[in-house]
Amino acid sequence: MMQSMLFKKRRTLSLRELLDQRVGCPLADPLICDMCGKCSEACPTQAISVSDRWSVDLGKCLWCGDCLETCEKGALSMAGGCEAAGRRQDLILSAETERSALRLKDETRKVLGRSLAIREVDAGSCNGCEVEVNSLSNPMYDLERFGIRMVASPRHADMLLVTGPVTRNMLPALMKTYAATPEPKLIAALGTCAISGCPFGNSYASGKGVSDVLPVDIFIPGCPPHPRTIIMALLEALGRLQVT
Amino acid sequence: MSEDGLEGIVKELRREIGEDLRHSGPWDRGMQCEVERSHLAGAVGTLIAKHGASMVSMHATDDRQSRGSFALHYLLSFPSKRELLMLSGETDGSFTSLTPQIYHANWYEREVMDMFGLVATGHPDPRPLVLHDGWYKGSHPLRKHIGCDDGLAPERRRYEFNVLKGDGVFEVPVGPVHAGVIEPGHFRFSAAGESILNLEVRLGYVHRGVEKCLEGAPPGRALRMTERISGDNGVAHSLAFCQAYEAGHDVPPRAQYARCILAELERVYNHLGDIAGLALDTAFAVPAADIYALREVMLGLNARITGHRMLWGAVTLGGTRDLLSEADVDDVQGTLMKVGNELRTSVERMRSSPSFMDRVDTTGIVEEKVARDLRVVGPIGRASGQDLDVRRDHPYEAYSKLNFRVPLFREGDVSARMNVRVQEVDESISLVMEALDRMPSGGGSSRPGPPRDGVHVGLVEAPSGELVHIIHTEGGKVVRHKVRDPSFCNWPAIQEAVLGDIVPDFPLINKSFSLSYAGNDL
Ligand code: SF4
Repeated sequence: MMQSMLFKKRRTLSLRELLDQRVGCPLADPLICDMCGKCSEACPTQAISVSDRWSVDLGKCLWCGDCLETCEKGALSMAGGCEAAGRRQDLILSAETERSALRLKDETRKVLGRSLAIREVDAGSCNGCEVEVNSLSNPMYDLERFGIRMVASPRHADMLLVTGPVTRNMLPALMKTYAATPEPKLIAALGTCAISGCPFGNSYASGKGVSDVLPVDIFIPGCPPHPRTIIMALLEALGRLQVT
Repeated sequence: MSEDGLEGIVKELRREIGEDLRHSGPWDRGMQCEVERSHLAGAVGTLIAKHGASMVSMHATDDRQSRGSFALHYLLSFPSKRELLMLSGETDGSFTSLTPQIYHANWYEREVMDMFGLVATGHPDPRPLVLHDGWYKGSHPLRKHIGCDDGLAPERRRYEFNVLKGDGVFEVPVGPVHAGVIEPGHFRFSAAGESILNLEVRLGYVHRGVEKCLEGAPPGRALRMTERISGDNGVAHSLAFCQAYEAGHDVPPRAQYARCILAELERVYNHLGDIAGLALDTAFAVPAADIYALREVMLGLNARITGHRMLWGAVTLGGTRDLLSEADVDDVQGTLMKVGNELRTSVERMRSSPSFMDRVDTTGIVEEKVARDLRVVGPIGRASGQDLDVRRDHPYEAYSKLNFRVPLFREGDVSARMNVRVQEVDESISLVMEALDRMPSGGGSSRPGPPRDGVHVGLVEAPSGELVHIIHTEGGKVVRHKVRDPSFCNWPAIQEAVLGDIVPDFPLINKSFSLSYAGNDL
């Protein structure tokens, strides 16, 4: 038994392998797309706009692929890149968008150094995001090797990683958790619900995402976000990636 | 034929209540009856007591516009009969509570009280279930005049927990934000020393208004929403909705097999996560890491064959996307073989350790009788002698053409629940293999029209158990969408399972239940 354990193949993905992994998002090829708008009608969350040019809001997208399926011309594919952003509007993507890098304030970075302690708060997710946050600790992604840890209490945390559209029943608990987190504290909105409330948000029972109630520093898109997207977002925010 | 059986039962009901059985007739899932309101509770009670029926689900509708009153609908199933009986009746402000006789009616009735403002007279515990302190004054969200995006007026009230008092008895509040990465819920223990004397589970924290949002949603949008009701059971939820919406429409044979394959792949990754969780909570880091790695292998496989790690988006109304090319079939077979073998090794490693067995054996027992009274479903039920499996009892898609065994244990402890899951992974793997073999070629999609006006039911065996979607349609539109997640049936059982165990064992017991908060809270 010991032997089988010792000689098992290395499974953890290296930083290089992570960088090379690609997580896509819908994107229209401007050379083929004639802005007919069928994709926009098919989209369950109205994430696609064709008003002046084709664009998709990664803060609303569910990665369902229904838009790709409806495009008769084959203009759409998962060719875009799914990356985190520091401002909400940077999640609106078109073929011409240039990505602006994710950067925290210098003072915050100085306090945090190279490590980060994260408290996850589920404020109404479907548990899809929890599946992927848990995947971060599996041997393949092994988040802790980067000095980033999930902690048990907000009092130990530098960052609250919030999922879900913020339900009315969770709002008081979320605010108390925020109050219990020491300064400087960061807020990351993880996943489509947390960013825009889609698809269930803005109902009698839930809000339109985390930024309505707390100052969000990092928006991590995906439904649910791919572990690679999450790791890259955190490393980039800490200034530990030179992504251009 | 079992059809006669159901008709016989309805005839007998007619003999008892005569004209007050207003209407009865065939239905796409069995039979449908309408009963005069004063006989509704009595009729359900009799069917359960005399004919061994069990209440699969219960919900209300606000029909005040069309018929001038509310209505209650009980979905009943009978042992050894595949057909279901939908028993409905009008109601106004109140209805007779069945909870004193039928324990598993409890949460359903509390839910109806919250969401519709109907009063269950005689209910032993009429405290709110879904709606927390600090909202709603006389506003009940599922009433028709309330829109999905209405802000509702706040009201101050205070929820009182059931706690035990006495010398040396203290309360331990836990949650809603937990130490691990899990969903929010509150647990209130009354403990003496380490022993748990009472546990009350308080949920509703992730109540998003799912049922209201689904009312009137276009079907394509509704499908994507159902995948996100309880994410790790997303395929099952979307299949249940499709089954209800596609009522009477035949899905292409290839899609029927492909849907079974997706559902089983979902079961495999869920069960792997749950087994790994048990290893983690008993501090068995090596098997935990190994099994989590297997789950990651499954998520990767899901992504390769459907483009989504949790298989969402693969099911479409009327079929599936174009799936499972020849290369994918090889990939699935190869990966599953490897995962099955490695899981066996890891589970052996866990079971051969006395300290692991000491933690899981006789911990968190759900007695058979308790499981029956609370109508516990899924792997939790099957670990406590409840031989229920929708795939076998109410076959859908291609399940009637596939061979599989339903593992059954009676001990009802953490160990039994783990055994059920371990064996189910094996069964699922062989199911997928067989389905891949038999899956015909051809197209996998079709376009179902809107369903006939009426009530349609989707019944599916999700990884966590029996899952029901019920839709009421009018003019091709869904006017009421009831979702009953398996967790809704199973949560009350955890309150029984922990009694007599110690507080530090609670995380392990909770993990062995692996219940969905999102699916329960909606
Ligand atoms: S993938 Fe789905 S949610 Fe995202 S833009 Fe396309 S249709 Fe909309």
